[in-house]
Amino acid sequence: MQTFLEFEKPIAELEGRIRDLKSLDGTSAHDVSVSDEVRALEDKVHKLLRQTYAKLTPWQKVMVARHPSRPHCLDYIDQLIDDFVLLAGDRLYGEDEAVIGGLGRLNGRSVMVIGLEKGNDTASRVKHNFGMAKPEGYRKAQRLMRMADQFGLPIITLVDTAGAYPGIASEERGQAEAIAASIQTCLRVGVPIVSVILGEGGSGGAIAIATADQIIMLEHSVYSVISPEGCASILWRAGDKAQEAAQAMRLTAQDLKEMGVIDTIIDEPVGGAHRDVKSAIAAVGASISAAIDSLSGKDADKLKKQRRDKYLAMGRPAP
Amino acid sequence: MNWLTNFVRPRISAWVKKDVPQNLWVKCPGCEAQIHHRELEENLQVCPHCGHHMRIDAAKRLALMFDEGRYDEVELPDVPQDPLKFRDLKRYSDRLKAAQASSGRKDAMIVARGTIKGTHAIVAAFDFSFMGGSMGTAVGEALVTAAKLAVMQECPLVVVPASGGARMQESILSLMQMPRTTIAVEMVKDKRLPYIVVLTDPTTGGVTASFAMLGDIHIAESGAMIGFAGARVIEETIREKLPEGFQRAEYLREHGMVDIVTTRHELPTVLGRLLDLLMRQRPPAEVVQLSTDKAARKAKPAG
Ligand SMILES: [Zn+2]
Repeated sequence: MQTFLEFEKPIAELEGRIRDLKSLDGTSAHDVSVSDEVRALEDKVHKLLRQTYAKLTPWQKVMVARHPSRPHCLDYIDQLIDDFVLLAGDRLYGEDEAVIGGLGRLNGRSVMVIGLEKGNDTASRVKHNFGMAKPEGYRKAQRLMRMADQFGLPIITLVDTAGAYPGIASEERGQAEAIAASIQTCLRVGVPIVSVILGEGGSGGAIAIATADQIIMLEHSVYSVISPEGCASILWRAGDKAQEAAQAMRLTAQDLKEMGVIDTIIDEPVGGAHRDVKSAIAAVGASISAAIDSLSGKDADKLKKQRRDKYLAMGRPAP
Repeated sequence: MNWLTNFVRPRISAWVKKDVPQNLWVKCPGCEAQIHHRELEENLQVCPHCGHHMRIDAAKRLALMFDEGRYDEVELPDVPQDPLKFRDLKRYSDRLKAAQASSGRKDAMIVARGTIKGTHAIVAAFDFSFMGGSMGTAVGEALVTAAKLAVMQECPLVVVPASGGARMQESILSLMQMPRTTIAVEMVKDKRLPYIVVLTDPTTGGVTASFAMLGDIHIAESGAMIGFAGARVIEETIREKLPEGFQRAEYLREHGMVDIVTTRHELPTVLGRLLDLLMRQRPPAEVVQLSTDKAARKAKPAG
C-alpha cells in the first residue's frame, strides 16, 4: 500500500489512472493507444512530482520527513554497511531498541554506527518504541562512542526521531543526564563523528548523538528544538497553528545550512527518498564516505578542538 | 539625608508596585498561610510556617550566596538579537525588548564573581522572570563567558539554573546551546576546577539535559521541580497520573541524580564547605604527621 500525503492528491489521482489503464492493458493485449496514454500520464506524474517537491513548504517537508515509507536507520545499515554486527545494552540497566548500534564496514572501512530507528510496521514500531529513546539507549550510545574512540573508529550517527521518550521511567532513570552525558561524550571522542539527519531531528533526543564534526541532512528532512505542533501549542496556544509554527521555526535543511548549523544537504530522488529508496541511500553513503575521508588522519586533539570551535562559533556574529 | 531618601524612595516604590500589587500579603502555595511580604522577603522567600521555597529574584539569589551579599557583576558579550526574525502571536524582538526593559538586563543569565565562605568563585544564575529563564544564544554565550572567567581566575564555577528550557523563538539556535554550554563545562573540567550545579525551581528541558546535569556535584533546593519532559507531556504520553513528589528535588536524590538537597538558608554553608574542601586541599595550618604513617599505609594490602 502506497501512502500519499495530502498535498500529493493530484499525483495520487494520476497514478491511480495509470494503474487502471495498466490493468486494462493486460486484458486487451493489442491496444496501442492505452500504452501511449500510460506513457503520457507517467510523464505528467514525473513533471508534477518535480514541480511539487521543488517548492515544498516547511510543513510539507515535515510530512515528507515523517512519511511512513521513508527509508529508516536499518534500511541504511542494510544497504550501506557490510558485516554489520549489532551490539546491545548499556551495561547499566538494559537494552533500548530505539537505538541501533554496532560495528560494520562502510566501503571496506571499519566504522561504529549508532542510529535511531522508528520501525516500518506496527510490530517493528512498537519494538523500536517509534524511535524514541530512553536513558539506557543514550547510555548505550555513549558506551559505543567510547569504544569507537578506544579503537580509533569513525562514528556514524543516523538521526530520525520525534524526540527522546517522555515518561515516568525516563525521568526516574535520568533522561536529562543521559542526553547531557551523550553530548559530552560526542565532544570528548578523538575520532571523526559524522551525523546524518535522515528524517526528523527531534530536539534533545537528536542532538544527543548529533553533536558532530560534519552534519549532513537529506533534502526534505527537518531538524528543530521542538515539533511544530508543540511549538504551536506553546507559543500560539493552538496546536492547529503547526503550519505557521513550521514556517517561523526555520527547520528545513535549506534554512539550517544557511544558518551554518549543518554542513551538507543531500538531494533526494524526485518525489522524496521514499520513491527511490535505493538511490537515496546510496547518495547518503557516498556523502558519509566523503565526510569521513575529509576528517580521517587528523590528530585526536585537533579534531576535538575543531569540533568545539565549530559549535562555539554557531550563532555568533562573524568576527 | 535628603539626597538618599530621594534616591532610594522611587526605586522602592516602583518595586513594591510591580511585585506586590495592592495587598501586601502572599498566600503560601505549600500551606496556604498568609505571609506578610516583608517577612517573606526577610526569610529569603521561604515560607516561615511550612518551609515551602518560593522563587527568588536573581539579584537576591546572588546576594544570599556570596559573603555579605557582595559581588561584582560581569559584563556579558552582545549577541545577535532575534536572529531568525521570529514571530508568533508577537514579534520575538518585541518580547525581548519588553523583557529587557522590565529587568534592566540583556537576557536571562547573570554572571557574578565574589567569595562564598571565603572561597573565590564565579556564579552564573538564571533570572526566571526574564522569559521564563529560557536558554537562547545570550544564555549560552553568558555561560561560555563564565567558564572562561573561572578558568582564567582558576576558581570554581557555580551555575544556578531556573529555567523553563529552550528559548523557542531562537529555534535551532537554542538547541545548539546544549552542546555550546556543554563545551563551557568542559573548559572548566579540563582545568580540574570544580563545577557545581545548584538546581532550583524549575529546571527543565534542554537546560536540564545539558550543563545542569554535568556538575561534579549537584545540589538541589528543597522542593524544586527538576526534570526533562514537562509533566503535561508525560501525562499525555502515558495517560496516567504522575506519582506524588514526581520530579521534585527529593525524588531526584532518591533516584541518584542529585547529591544534596538543601534549604535556601543552608545553601551558602553547604556550598562554602564543598568549595573549601575542593580548593584548599592542604590548608597551611594543618600539621602533617611524618614518619611511620606513610610506610604503614604502603604496607597495607589493597582491598
Ligand atoms: Zn507555607
